[in-house]
This record gives sequence, structure tokens and C-alpha cells, in this order.
Amino acid sequence: MAQATAPPRPLPRPGGGVTDAAPAVRRRRRSTALSAHVFLAPWLIGAVVLTLGPMLASLYLSFTDYDLFSRPNWVGLANYRYMLADDRFLTSVGVTLKFVLIGAPLKLAAALAVALLLNRARRGVGLYRAAFYAPSLLGASVSVALVWRSLFATGGLTDRSLAFFGLEIGGLTDNPDYALYPLIMLTVWQFGAPMVIFLAGLKQIPKELYEASSIDGASRIRTFFSITLPMLTPVLFFNLVMEIIHSFQSFTSAFVVSNGTGGPSDSTLFYSLYLYQQAFTNFHMGYASAMAWVLLAVIALVTFLVFRSSRMWVFYGQEEAS
Amino acid sequence: MTTATSPAAATPPLRSAVWHIVCVAIGLVLLYPVLWLVTASVKSGTEILSNLSPVPKAFTPGNYTQAAEGVSGITLWRLFGNSLLISTGAIVGNVLSCSLAAYAFARLRFRGRGLYFAVMIGTLMLPMHVVLIPQYIIFQKLGMVGTFLPIILPKFLATEAFFVFLIVQFIRSLPRELDEAAVIDGCGPYRTFWYVIMPLLKPALVTTTIFSFIWSWNDFLSQLMYLADPRDYTLQLGLRMFVDQSGSAAFGPMFAMSVLTLVPVLLFFLAFQRLLVEGVHTSGLKG
Repeated sequence: MAQATAPPRPLPRPGGGVTDAAPAVRRRRRSTALSAHVFLAPWLIGAVVLTLGPMLASLYLSFTDYDLFSRPNWVGLANYRYMLADDRFLTSVGVTLKFVLIGAPLKLAAALAVALLLNRARRGVGLYRAAFYAPSLLGASVSVALVWRSLFATGGLTDRSLAFFGLEIGGLTDNPDYALYPLIMLTVWQFGAPMVIFLAGLKQIPKELYEASSIDGASRIRTFFSITLPMLTPVLFFNLVMEIIHSFQSFTSAFVVSNGTGGPSDSTLFYSLYLYQQAFTNFHMGYASAMAWVLLAVIALVTFLVFRSSRMWVFYGQEEAS
Repeated sequence: MTTATSPAAATPPLRSAVWHIVCVAIGLVLLYPVLWLVTASVKSGTEILSNLSPVPKAFTPGNYTQAAEGVSGITLWRLFGNSLLISTGAIVGNVLSCSLAAYAFARLRFRGRGLYFAVMIGTLMLPMHVVLIPQYIIFQKLGMVGTFLPIILPKFLATEAFFVFLIVQFIRSLPRELDEAAVIDGCGPYRTFWYVIMPLLKPALVTTTIFSFIWSWNDFLSQLMYLADPRDYTLQLGLRMFVDQSGSAAFGPMFAMSVLTLVPVLLFFLAFQRLLVEGVHTSGLKG
């Protein structure tokens, strides 16, 4: 039992020799376990009462018909089966997938490009970095969503600039064909957060690699693809996973820009927006719980696939072992 | 020109100038919406839609006095106070509960640590929707819906695993000799935590404070779910109510209120931007 971890050496006590060690060690270990649980108590309560318990509860509710006021009524797989027939559900899946598949890569590409631009010791770098990061802190607020709504509404900035070039399509947010794009722009606008992570990753790349490649006469493009990009793949991987998990859950901007409807014609009906509507407007708590579990399954699956694929493209340098 | 320059030579001024121009251009594009918002807040309602130039034709500071009156009898200061109360609660809760849990994860050896840690990391990636409805039911059964408790209480239970993880990583970077010295001096885990670790945690706790503030300040979904009485509304909810209740004529005051809502976030950002941009995200990456 004591072999698994190196047993702490009994501390020599002042005025006395080492007394019977084993019980002392055991006692100490027990008291550490006790105090560890004291430290962890708030977290443990939270994890059990607000996370694990609710997870089980929502799994159960997903097999029921429940309106919050009467007892849950077991319906088996009916909620899950209904999804396939629910046009609005399918629409919301499409909208969300489109948002994730276009938004996340664009955002990461912007973040990487600007990080490369800022990855040098010049005067003003700090200022630019801070300025580019600012949207990440503001983007989640209702205020910015309202600005977006005005900028992209009919008669707003984009409407008139497009009209200037002869594209009379009205405000993007009023047109079902285009309404999602302002929201994609809003997420790309917040590229500052992944950008600072890329910058931190760029700083970790050993200078010797660049010196070696410049001695070998490699071009800048060659250097980027042979050194920078491979060395940055762990950071890229981290950003990609985080971005995917986040984008699947987008809520506030779509809610505010479409005024809670997901319109026009459900063109911005994000998955979590539809889930919210089902749960707190229609009080279809069972159906909403089923939707939540499908979301969890999809996020887990996508994350798993990204992790699996990472073996093929993520490069962990030898010296990063620690 | 082709002769090799010394390796330490400064970048040629032309390239440096081009670089600055590119950066400034990106900055202008990025900050345009914010600039637009600020100028819209001093334009008249009709001008906001007709005048795209950032310079207002008629300077309308009255938007701000109108915004200060608030929405349907709820003054702006009340909304502000509610937001502040929630954010303060979130900060205190996160700092306390997350640093306690992080210390146990980073420094104490006990059975089940691996499992607990895995659960903690798992909750980092868990979409909140899975727990949203049962949490709502729990708080409803406890009679807490319509109060600030469902929003603040979870923070005291370390539900924001991001901060636990952040502080764990930070504690791991502290030299263990410090703890050992404290143990030799006769400190148990409690006193080691309070007198040795806690004072050293300052940078991580500042980061936690900043992000707790900004996230809870901007938070919308949980406030929308749990607050029912307009007198309990926060700035974010008040702003939305304002939009619902007033037409385009009130665009000016609406944007004035938007600006006032963002001011605390911007102040936090300006005060801590160094730390924010350099510290936060990198600390989660190492190890």
C-alpha cells in the first residue's frame, strides 16, 4: 500500500528520536485526506448538486414529457424521435453547423494571421495587442449585439455600402439568406482571445530553429510551413477544441440580434436559442433536455474526432516533455 | 544593399512604417463598431440611421440624461447596482471557492484525486445546457427563482471550473520548498494555504477577479432565466427591456445606455490590460 507513492520521511521531532513510523504516516495521510475534503467541500457540493445530479436529472427528463408544473410523464424515446420530424429542430442544427464550420475556421485563421503580424519586438506591439483583444471582452454583451443589429439592419451601414456597389439586398439581418453572416462576423470580430494564445505559443518556439532555417536559406513561406506551423499545432489544437465547444453553444448574440426569435424565418435559430425557446417559452422541459443531451453527444463526438485526428497533425516537440 | 547587415540591425524604417499602417488599419476596422456606438450615443434618434459619419451633426448629450432615467420606472442606478451586486458576489465566490479547491488539487495527496480532477476537467467542456433545466428546477423548488441567489450561489461552489484549473496550474508553478518549509515550521494544510499559498496566488486571483467580473457583468442567459421582477433587473436585462419598450425614436438613449453598460468593462480592461493579454490564456497552457 505504501509502495505506490514514496512515503514521506517521518520528520525528526525536536527532543525525540523517530518513533514508530508507520502509524504516524498513516495518521498523517488520513488527516491530509480529511483536510483535502475540507478544501474541496464547496467544489464537491457544487459538482454533485449542480453538475452531476442535474446531468442525471436531465437525462431522465429527456425521456419524459414535463412542463415544470405537473409530474414528469415517461414517454420513452418519443422526444428523440420527434426531433427527426421537427423542422425547426433540423433548421437549428443546420444553422449551428453552418455557424461553427464557417465561423470557427475564419476566427482561428484571423487570430493566427494577426498573431504572426504582432509576433515581433517593435514599438507599439503592446498597444495593438490590447486593442485587438478588446472585442473579445465586449463581444458577449447585449450592447455590442445591439450595435450589430443596427449596423446590419436595413438602412444601416452595410445596407448602404452594398447599395453603393449596386447590391440592393436590404439589411443583412432582415434577409433570411444572409442573416447568419453578421453573427459570423461578430464571432470573427472576437479573434483576440485565440490570438493571444497563438502569440504565447509563438514565443515558445526556440529561436535556434529559425536561425538554422535562415542559414539553410529557407524562404519565409517555407519557414512558416516547416517550422512555425508544425511547432504551433499544439496551440492550434487547443484553440480549435475550445472554439468548437464555444460556438456550438452561442446564444446571446443570436438572441439579441433576432430579438429572441431566431428570425428572420429561423435563419439565425441557433441550437441553444431553440433549446431555450422550447424550455422557457413553451415549457417543453423534457424535449429541451433531450436536445441538451444531443448537443452534449455531438460536442463530445466532435471533440473526440478532433482529438483522434490530432495524432496525425499535432506535433509535440521532444523538449516539451515536461 | 545586398551586403549582410549585422544581425542586430533594426528593421528598415519603410517596412516598419508599412507594418504600423497595417496594424492601425486592422485596429480601425476592429474598433469601428465601438466608435460607432460611442458617437451614436450622442446623436439624435433620426440621425443615427441617416448619418453614417462618426461625427454627429447635432450633439445630443440629452441621450444620457434620458438613459439615466432608466426603463419603466427603474432607474439606471438601480440596474447598475444590481449588476454590481451580482458581479461582486461572483468575484468573491469564485476567488474563495476556486482557490480552495485548486489548492487541494495541486498540493494535497489523497485517494480519489485523479477521479475528482477528471470530473473537474470534464465540467470545463460540459455544455451548460445539460444542467440548465434541472438547475432551474432545483432553484425553483428552493424558492430562489426571482432572487440573485441562483446566479451568485453557484460561484461559491466553484462551478466555474476554468478558474479552478487556472489556479491549479498557477500553484503547480510555485516552488514546493515553500510548502515544505511551512510544514517543518509546524503548519498544517490550512495554515500553509492561508499564510504561504494564498499570498503568492495574487496574480492568479487578479485574473480570476477580472474575468469573474467581465463574464458575470456581460452574462445574459442566467439573468434572463432567473430574474423576473424588473426591480431586480441588471443592466443587460434593462437594456433589452429598453429595446423592447421603445421604438426607433429612443435609439439615442438606448446607445447611451449601451455605452454606460460597457464603461465598467472597459475600465477593468484598461486597468489590467497588460495582465489580461499576457497572463490569462498562457497560464492554462503550460504543464
